[in-house]
Amino acid sequence: MRLKLVPKETNFDFFRFRTVTMGASIAAVVASVILWLVVGLNFGIDFRGGTTIRTEAVQQVDVGAYRQAVSALDLGEVSVIEVFDPNFREDQNVTLIRIQAQEGQESVTGAIIADVETVLKDVDPSIEFTSVDSVGPKVSGELVQTAILAVASALAAILIYIWLRFEWQFSVGAVAALFHDVILTIGIFSLLQIRFDLSTIAALLTIVGYSINDTVVIFDRLRENLRKYKTTPLKDVMNTSVNETLSRTLMTSGTTLLALIALLAFGGDVIRGFVFAITWGVIVGTYSSVYVAKNVVLMLGVKRDWSKPSDGGGAGTQFANVDA
Amino acid sequence: MLQISLWKRVLILAVCASGLLFSFPNGFYSRVETHNDAVAAIETFGTTSEREAEAAIWPSFLPSTLINLGLDLRGGAHLLAEVHVEDVYADRMDIYWPEVRQALVELRDQVGFVERVDTAPRGTLQVRIQRPEAIEAALQAVRDLARPVVSLTAGIGATDIVASGEGDVVTVQLSPEEKAATDNRTVQQALEIIRRRIDEVGTREPSIQRQGENRILIQVPGVGSAAELKALIGTTARLTFHPVISSTTDPDARAGPGNIVVPHLDREEEFYIVERAAVLSGEDLVDAQPAFDQNGLPSVTFRFNPAGARIFGQYTSDNVGALFATVLDGEVITAPQIREPITGGSGQITGNFTVESSTELAILLRSGALPAELTFLEERTVSPGLGQDSIDAGRIACIVAFAAVIVFMALSYGLFGVFADVALILNVALLLGILSVFGATLTLPGIAGIVLTIGMAVDANVLVFERIREELKTAKGPSRAIELGYQRALSAIIDANVTTGMTAVILFALGSGPVKGFAVTLMCGIVTSVFTAIFVTRLLIVMWFERRRPRTIEV
Repeated sequence: MRLKLVPKETNFDFFRFRTVTMGASIAAVVASVILWLVVGLNFGIDFRGGTTIRTEAVQQVDVGAYRQAVSALDLGEVSVIEVFDPNFREDQNVTLIRIQAQEGQESVTGAIIADVETVLKDVDPSIEFTSVDSVGPKVSGELVQTAILAVASALAAILIYIWLRFEWQFSVGAVAALFHDVILTIGIFSLLQIRFDLSTIAALLTIVGYSINDTVVIFDRLRENLRKYKTTPLKDVMNTSVNETLSRTLMTSGTTLLALIALLAFGGDVIRGFVFAITWGVIVGTYSSVYVAKNVVLMLGVKRDWSKPSDGGGAGTQFANVDA
Repeated sequence: MLQISLWKRVLILAVCASGLLFSFPNGFYSRVETHNDAVAAIETFGTTSEREAEAAIWPSFLPSTLINLGLDLRGGAHLLAEVHVEDVYADRMDIYWPEVRQALVELRDQVGFVERVDTAPRGTLQVRIQRPEAIEAALQAVRDLARPVVSLTAGIGATDIVASGEGDVVTVQLSPEEKAATDNRTVQQALEIIRRRIDEVGTREPSIQRQGENRILIQVPGVGSAAELKALIGTTARLTFHPVISSTTDPDARAGPGNIVVPHLDREEEFYIVERAAVLSGEDLVDAQPAFDQNGLPSVTFRFNPAGARIFGQYTSDNVGALFATVLDGEVITAPQIREPITGGSGQITGNFTVESSTELAILLRSGALPAELTFLEERTVSPGLGQDSIDAGRIACIVAFAAVIVFMALSYGLFGVFADVALILNVALLLGILSVFGATLTLPGIAGIVLTIGMAVDANVLVFERIREELKTAKGPSRAIELGYQRALSAIIDANVTTGMTAVILFALGSGPVKGFAVTLMCGIVTSVFTAIFVTRLLIVMWFERRRPRTIEV
């Protein structure tokens, strides 16, 4: 008996609720942007500068006492959070302490870290400092630029590649889907106030990579079917293509999600934010390649007659047969 | 028809076998590491029975290259330092001043008296001349001092200084070309000195790299706290010896021309007025060692090079009874009286030392002074304990993900799923093998990358299997369906992986540290998963098909 995620033959009409899905996508994007602008992202020290100290103690942690001790040093905004994780041992009590970047200092100062460590040692002599990260404002400013550049150049590279391999309509559709995924991820990070740092950018790019993977597989089938069914309306060809690849789409998302859930559960709290972003992105990315990318291509329309030599705008097809 | 030529089969199997072989040592990480350390120790320090025994715990015919563990897994310190390259400009100007003065003195008839302007902006040399109308002649004289820039990148004809005149003031500064060449030298020199200092402490596998124009990235595994490392790297350690004019308790005391006020290192209200020009500097030292003075207190002994010894001997002979200050980074360590001429070329610095601080100072003096000050822009430390926790968590996650995907594939595709599972195992082995052979660094996000690869690696197989399923509905016979399945799925596989690969490359280019580690595993994962899906699974299917010749297949 085989495990089947989808029946052998499917014939869903993916465009039946086109207005609903498209509307939902647009609403989600708008909501994410609003959340982003109003609530804002919880930037980590990579982008804001400052210091994070991870502490580990044998005894139960009194967050209030920690906060009081560190606040007494007058270092501006200080946050102390206790971290819980099912993987921790009984006697492993972890906190994360974040101290804002100190005014007028370009670089990191060891003196502040040493002071914080001293006062915390007074609160709990068993305390250990398992990791200390400190980023000066100069570097954090550059990291913001690098991050924006990374996401922008990834989108641009994909836009160009899909354009070369397919048609420009496809590449617009694919990039629209990617924007959708990236914005929705930023939205959920704003909503849940998960720390947004350099590794989140890595996660965003991974999402971009995964989502485009999904989109391209469907596009590839669409291109093939467009050649096969020359007179069938575009909408129907698209539906056929999505149905034909549906089993694969869900299988791959399934195995990837299985692996990611294992990582979420057992991978430890250090990378949980990173893994969460990718997991969310895989779900959103699977949705967007079926709905967003396709709807955009449908709206833009596509050149149908593939037998004639391309004229002008068909520059995109010149590499289409390289290995098909 | 389904055919794979023999040489291709051999090649595919050989690649898989070498993947298994090279990933194998990583399964016995600590054992292989002990072996490697012992082998390295035998090479550098000669053999001992203990080292021989340690080297023997891993057979030498097996590969012994391991994946490097990143700092977030091994524990260690990561520091990004910026070199204040501008510091050097000021020194260069100080060196130029006597030459400039000499040149202008020769023109005394035209320009009159000259004096150095103390309020000149940092890194420039300003000279006021008595007769402003002779400014052109003064400028010409200064410009004649300029030398061509020694650099590969500077254009022909570039000189090291530029001079400009305004009113009665001549301003001299380094030219942009010379600044660039100087910056480059300064950073290179700082890097070399940092390397020497870290090597002196003897930490294993430190990585010290230049980053960008004027930054140095220092990564030292196994260090629990960055404070010690920063004290070692961040101290300029410029040692100079100055004649003392007088001592005072007033930090704003008038020093007089050519003199400076220098505070004492640890006595707060003690200041010394010393001559600005040093008699000798740390550059003339050839050795420095921690020691104890006649009272049994920690001190540092040093030895001058012959030239330094001559100057030191001459100076101490001429100035018996005078005070002589030892200044480290602008603070007086000690200012003893010269009791007798010191002609042997060696001396001792006593001060308020502990054993640790005298050892540290000796290291700093031995490895030389940094050419410019350093500041730290970024500092990250991870304790080895947290790193080990991350490794353990990552390992469990990998195993669970592996098991889940394997079961899922077998349930979904039956026998073909098992083929894909074999390919998946080989895929991970190849991935680890590649990472080991190229000495790539595995970071915590890199482990996530492996887990993600496990999840996504089956994608190419899924594409093919789904395609075969479809082809089975229409094609004539299973062998044709398999062939068409592979053929027609290929374009989707290529497109999908090229686009993912592009994002991985961008991540690699722009990321740093852990993120770079993630990008590396992702890239390698893409290559190995395409290889295993297109070649390994296919070979397995073909071999099975040849043996069984089934009439019908179910995928």
